[in-house]
Amino acid sequence: MTDSRSLVAEHVTLSYGDRTVVEELGLTLAPGRITAIVGANGCGKSTLLRALARLLPPREGRVLLDGQDIASMHPKSVARILGLLPQSPIAPEGILVADLVGRGRHPHQKLLASWSKADYKAVADALEATSIADLAERPVDELSGGQRQRVWIAMALAQDPDILLLDEPTTFLDVTHQVEVLDLLHDLNIRRGTTVAMVLHDLNLAARYADELVAVHQGKVFAQGPPTEVVTEELVLAVFGLDSTVIPDPVSGTPLVIPIGRHRVG
Amino acid sequence: MTIEAITHARRHRALRRGWLIGALAAVLVALFFAAVMIGDTFYDLATVWSVLTGKDSGGADFIVGKLRLPRATLGVLVGVAFGVAGVTFQTMLRNPLASPDIIGIDAGAATAAVAAIVIFGASGTQVSLVAVVAALATAAIIYLLSIKSGFRGTRLILIGIGIAAFLNAMTAYLLSKAAQWDLQAAMRWLTGSLNSASWDDVRPVAIAMVVLLPILLVKSRDLGLLQMGDDAAAALGVRVGATRITLIIGAVTLLAFATAACGPIAFVAFMAGPIAARIVGAGGSPIVPAALVGAILVVSADMLGQHAFDHRYPVGIVTGVLGAPFLLYLLIKSNRSGGSI
Repeated sequence: MTDSRSLVAEHVTLSYGDRTVVEELGLTLAPGRITAIVGANGCGKSTLLRALARLLPPREGRVLLDGQDIASMHPKSVARILGLLPQSPIAPEGILVADLVGRGRHPHQKLLASWSKADYKAVADALEATSIADLAERPVDELSGGQRQRVWIAMALAQDPDILLLDEPTTFLDVTHQVEVLDLLHDLNIRRGTTVAMVLHDLNLAARYADELVAVHQGKVFAQGPPTEVVTEELVLAVFGLDSTVIPDPVSGTPLVIPIGRHRVG
Repeated sequence: MTIEAITHARRHRALRRGWLIGALAAVLVALFFAAVMIGDTFYDLATVWSVLTGKDSGGADFIVGKLRLPRATLGVLVGVAFGVAGVTFQTMLRNPLASPDIIGIDAGAATAAVAAIVIFGASGTQVSLVAVVAALATAAIIYLLSIKSGFRGTRLILIGIGIAAFLNAMTAYLLSKAAQWDLQAAMRWLTGSLNSASWDDVRPVAIAMVVLLPILLVKSRDLGLLQMGDDAAAALGVRVGATRITLIIGAVTLLAFATAACGPIAFVAFMAGPIAARIVGAGGSPIVPAALVGAILVVSADMLGQHAFDHRYPVGIVTGVLGAPFLLYLLIKSNRSGGSI
């Protein structure tokens, strides 16, 4: 069913006040796949993600969810299909893991209604999928960074969206937890068929985990396609302004970018 | 963990929460009756009951029916109003310092009320009306000043504290210019007091509460989501802008009506939420527990001010003395945990 979900940005121009960040951008998310959005700092990739999630109304152009302009849809109807994990959400003081994960059920709940069977099941499944079931009754404040990130992903899973957008889900995590989170998202994509689109900083992890890579440069899509086709020395130079060598990743065979700096070059 | 285990744990927490809220309500009812019974003349429960039910009470009609009952009732209502308004702001802005009495909204109402009394010789309903309008205007000014290039809670708090200082200076200035006969009426706007509370004071607060409390209760789930940040709330289907405006207008109006009735009772809005959270825990809606704690604070502080000392002190002085150390405690705690305001 998720294969039918489409999310398309049509000629969107996005700006904060007078400052235009993204101009005339067009993008179609591959349904049922994992898309990674990469680009240099300030290129507009997070802004683009916010617009896709209806958090930033485009100044021009529109975002279409299943062919319908997202701005004209009811916020809760959008939220039942489309989830977003912002870069730094805030856990209310003292809240327990199960309660925070339960908040993901909001778009499915009626005003003032108490939890339904479906709500409990969704929370249990989300805790299970993120392997934090044994933390359910612990306060979120007490958890480590990696555990906390899994709690937020569990909240997004409880929301049960067909399309999940994530803004730098691996920031502030050490390399072990980065890989763990990306593995988790990959599991989710395979098991539930969820379309995943995320902004990632690490080009090599993006190349390994994404089916589709979108390179954003100066507010426009510079290149889009499978990582093996997109990630080249020319692209890294054009998008990041970095000289590099691209070799096949010895583990996955995906492109691996080796930067060439000014020093210690043999 | 199975669905059963999660269901069980959540129901258990809800039950525990229900009991704690029930206990707070019981404490409030007990305090209410104590406030009506205790005084220069002690009246037992039977006498109070006969006044309440309109039976012959043997001369207690005036003291109980016209003095103590409206005073205790007004105490409960304004306590609820302060508690709800305070916790709404604190939750929405994710900061205990964001309480409307700290960020100058009470001060706006008080300054305008004192100006109306001292300069224009206004009284009664006129003063209340001026106070309500001024509170809303102050909130609007603080909000507009703080949304420059995106809404920021911290900026709102700092702007509010600045505006509060300015308004308090204005009030002090106006009082220094006040004629002797206005001073009594105007002083109430400085400390907050339930003296001379009558049924006429109770009515407008009660009406405001009947209208606004349901709105704030309905919005309390959205309020909890706003606590996780604007983007997280919006991603879950909350209309962030509209919800925030509704919550602000609702809370400020409630607060303004309460302030118009009894002046700015210091620190009740500020203390009620954090104390309630400590008692019932996080997770559920904070509004009902904060309302009960606010009412308990006002009624018990008023009883203390009335009966505990040789001299009678207005309720605002008692809550002020309790609130100041609490403010310091919260500041030190937030400093320790590495937070900034």
